[in-house]
Amino acid sequence: MVQTAWAWVGVAPFLVFALMFLILPTLYLVVGGFQDPDGNFTLQNIFDLFTPSIMSAYWISIKVSGASALVGAVIGFGLAYAVVLGGLPAWIRPTLMTFSGVASNFAGLPLAFAFLATLGRTGLVTVLLVKFFDFNIYATGFNLLSFCGLTLTYLYFQIPLMVLILTPALDGLKREWREASEILGASKLQYWLHVAFPILWPSVLGCTLLLFANAFGAIATAYALTGSSLNIITILLYAQIRGDVLHNPNLGYALALGMIFITGLTNGAYIWLRGRSERWLR
Amino acid sequence: MKQSRLGSWIALIIGTLYFVVPLAGTFEFSLRMRSGEYSFDAYRSVFSDSAFQDSFVFSTLMALATIVIGVLLVVPTAYWVQLRLRKLRPLIEFVTLLPLVIPAIVIVFGYLRLYNSSSFLPMTSEIWSTNLLLAFSYVTLALPYMYRAVDTGLRAIDVRTLTEAAENLGAGWATILFRVILPNVRTAILSGAFLTFAIVIGEFTMASLLNRPAFGPYLQLVGANRAYEPSALAVMAFVLTWACMGLINVFGRAKQIKHAP
Repeated sequence: MVQTAWAWVGVAPFLVFALMFLILPTLYLVVGGFQDPDGNFTLQNIFDLFTPSIMSAYWISIKVSGASALVGAVIGFGLAYAVVLGGLPAWIRPTLMTFSGVASNFAGLPLAFAFLATLGRTGLVTVLLVKFFDFNIYATGFNLLSFCGLTLTYLYFQIPLMVLILTPALDGLKREWREASEILGASKLQYWLHVAFPILWPSVLGCTLLLFANAFGAIATAYALTGSSLNIITILLYAQIRGDVLHNPNLGYALALGMIFITGLTNGAYIWLRGRSERWLR
Repeated sequence: MKQSRLGSWIALIIGTLYFVVPLAGTFEFSLRMRSGEYSFDAYRSVFSDSAFQDSFVFSTLMALATIVIGVLLVVPTAYWVQLRLRKLRPLIEFVTLLPLVIPAIVIVFGYLRLYNSSSFLPMTSEIWSTNLLLAFSYVTLALPYMYRAVDTGLRAIDVRTLTEAAENLGAGWATILFRVILPNVRTAILSGAFLTFAIVIGEFTMASLLNRPAFGPYLQLVGANRAYEPSALAVMAFVLTWACMGLINVFGRAKQIKHAP
């Protein structure tokens, strides 16, 4: 018994740190979300989240994160498939992995600057398209400081992230399964429909959810790109922390609570799906 | 078969274009400062800005502090869990994953409510303690990556045998930790450290909300007020990220080669 008590001392610093700088601060906001200014229990803040301005902020965040996660997952899957199973030269895979490691970490403000310099009104691609194809993307209504622009920018770290986290799953597809299905007379389509896809879908969906959560909590890129013209939830929360724009601190806590709720749900589903996929992909 | 390979090449080419074109665009833009010809004026302007130097030094020091605190926190914990408290592993792993669930802006919001100048632990009332709070916030951001790296490193060595051998030779716990365990997971720590550096150096949300003069808020200021300097900074940030990832690869490979024969 004394032994076990001593053993706990070894992890005490970590647990104290986690409690003080991770769990308690979050808990403070969660509890605050259910309180009125006098500290009494209330659900009013939660109801107040359903006002149009706040709902639209959540909704734009969900749309941008969802779109960038979906498109990122599809393109990322294509790339991961190409290097793992596509019969490309062997040197391409480690190169792509290194590139992906860099690109998935190239986020925040510099990423916004890069896209402004590329697809902004005087950016290289914009200018070249006008010069060589007489095609002005801004004449089509495109705007980098919008839903489309932000999604396009997020894809820059979403695609490589998908490549990084999905490759192990594709590696887990055993050659024997394919051979066995071929011997049994299955077509390529049948193999994918009845063997590979049922095994892969939890990983693919799980990775997509991770991409969603990754984009949902991001702020710096959007802030630098759109200022406050695109009111995503993180930017609204940022403004609330800086200057109580909602004129109700407890509503601010509820705002944070809503974010935790969404990312928590996403991650919970991811963990559940990972449990499913690990049954096959060992 | 031929056809599917074509598809792979197409996917790869699209991916590569998506990756390279913005970089080329940024680099080209960063050279445009002098009208009519390409020059490195934007870079010169950035480097001669004292605010650039100050904020970069500040963030570098922050990153180093984060790495030191992170290592001191993570290595003993992961070691102890591996050695004595295996049943605690799911809990510890869950805690280390929390920063991926709770957005950074929410964590720092909680800090501002819990540790403001009128609270029981007024960490934001002095500069040094605010810096410490910022470093702690970065430790939480880096926790998932740091813990994963160190834990993987520890699983690869025989912690129990090493510990028992050291104990038999009369080593105390500090000696075991710093002279036996730490050197054995050096590679893992280094890769965790470089990743931490890459995360911390340009971090915006925490530094901005805690009002510290870090590189991230500086980037934001330049981005809002200048035309060509931001792209020069983006190119530099990219090179820096590249360097961090490259170093992780180099150290990882060095370890593999050492263990190969």
